[in-house]
Amino acid sequence: MRYMMLIHNDDEALAAVPQQELYADWGAFNEALAKATGATPGMRLKPASAATTVRMQDGKTDVLDGPYADTREQLAGYFVIDVPSLDEAIAWAQRCPSSKYGAIEIRPIVEQ
Amino acid sequence: MTGGGNEAARAAERVARESYGRLVAFLAARTRDVAGAEDALAEAFASALKSWPADGVPANPDAWLLTVARRRQADAARRRHTRLAGEEHLKMMADEMDAAAQSPDDIPDRRLALMFTCAHPAIEKGMRTPLILQTILGLTAQDIAAAFLISPATMGQRLVRAKGRIKETGIPFAIPEKADLPERLEAVLDAIYAAYTKGWAEIGETGAPRLTEEAIWLGRLIVSLLPDEPEAKGMLALMLHAEARRGARRAPDGAYVPLEAQDTSLWDETLVAAAEALLHQANEAGPTGRYQIEAAIQSAHVARRMTGADTWPAILALYDHLYRITASPVVTLNRAVALAEAEGPAAALAAIEPLAADKRVADYQPYWAARGHLLAEVGKGAEAYEALTVALGLSADPAVRRYLQGRLATLQNG
Repeated sequence: MRYMMLIHNDDEALAAVPQQELYADWGAFNEALAKATGATPGMRLKPASAATTVRMQDGKTDVLDGPYADTREQLAGYFVIDVPSLDEAIAWAQRCPSSKYGAIEIRPIVEQ
Repeated sequence: MTGGGNEAARAAERVARESYGRLVAFLAARTRDVAGAEDALAEAFASALKSWPADGVPANPDAWLLTVARRRQADAARRRHTRLAGEEHLKMMADEMDAAAQSPDDIPDRRLALMFTCAHPAIEKGMRTPLILQTILGLTAQDIAAAFLISPATMGQRLVRAKGRIKETGIPFAIPEKADLPERLEAVLDAIYAAYTKGWAEIGETGAPRLTEEAIWLGRLIVSLLPDEPEAKGMLALMLHAEARRGARRAPDGAYVPLEAQDTSLWDETLVAAAEALLHQANEAGPTGRYQIEAAIQSAHVARRMTGADTWPAILALYDHLYRITASPVVTLNRAVALAEAEGPAAALAAIEPLAADKRVADYQPYWAARGHLLAEVGKGAEAYEALTVALGLSADPAVRRYLQGRLATLQNG
């Protein structure tokens, strides 16, 4: 099954983490991800302060400066994996360096 | 109904259940479609429960169920033109049924994997026990709802949702890797034990299914499927110890009888012996988990009541060990009750002092009952009355209520 792994982080907490270490951990993680599952590398997103949210309502476009969800932990990145079951997806969530600084939501992808 | 006929019906039901759970697990393993597997087998299982007690159990129950299920499924497929999306899937299941009916002796037993699926951490905790009861035993949503005190419609919906989740989220049908096994097995054992304690609480109810019996059956199943796991044996031993005392925990007039006052000649010796043997086997690997320790505590109670030996010090040591594993306020409470026997009520009251501020026990009936009992023993009548009144307010069981009302009356008159 294919899963999208949505990384949710607290931007402030993440900013306090030694960045070099985090980059190194992510490098190793992406390497392992590619070798073991053939997945493309995970994507890190810029902080939620850089987000813009667009909504179409009654033909009018509403552009908001800021993220969609008003929560402390924000979508901070994602990766997609193709594994036999949820258990392997949970294992990859545990390995992801960002899981230490927030939560990873595992979402099965609708197959056509 | 005669006792003999009843027994034949029970035996037939057991065989049907054994086959049913094995076939659901087998059919759902590849497709992860538990609901589909149940649908395929539901009518066959129902007719087995109807005809086997009268006609006798067929020589090959699995083949019998598969043949009937296959026929019903074909009928259903002809009646309603199967939705396109599910067609391939249904065909796969039908092919599997055909193949399995040819050689039913070779159907692998995937019930253990199915139990791990039902008790997976991605399944809502409260639904794990109902899922196991339904998929492995074939209990209806109505029966399960009765035991869990919620409406059959709600239970039905929640079961459907949980099964949908197994398929949608890709929860595997597999026995976990060695590293994950202890934690995941604990969830399976907890789900089975929860069924037992539910059944245990419903002492007077004869209409509700005998959940305790089902839980013990599941306990035996898991011990047979995982013979090297001491905790599985510990849990089964714990249930058998409790079950052995069933006949002694109520007086002929239905009144509640505490353990120390029970007539041990009413205990079921066969069950006690079976529990002791299991615990002995489990202990050979050294004490590991909560069930093993709890079973050992029950074993020490049996030894004391049977031989008169003072086993309270051993029980206190076991509770200390249990607390280190669980850090549960219930353990603190039970240890204090043992302490009252070993060192007197004052020591026990001091031991439960920290619980007074613990919100987790604020609505826990045994806490208030024990507290009231201990306060009465040290002569604090007014405080005892207050605590026992709260205990009464938290009790639903009529026998326990009568017992507490008696205690309150004594306090008022004394």
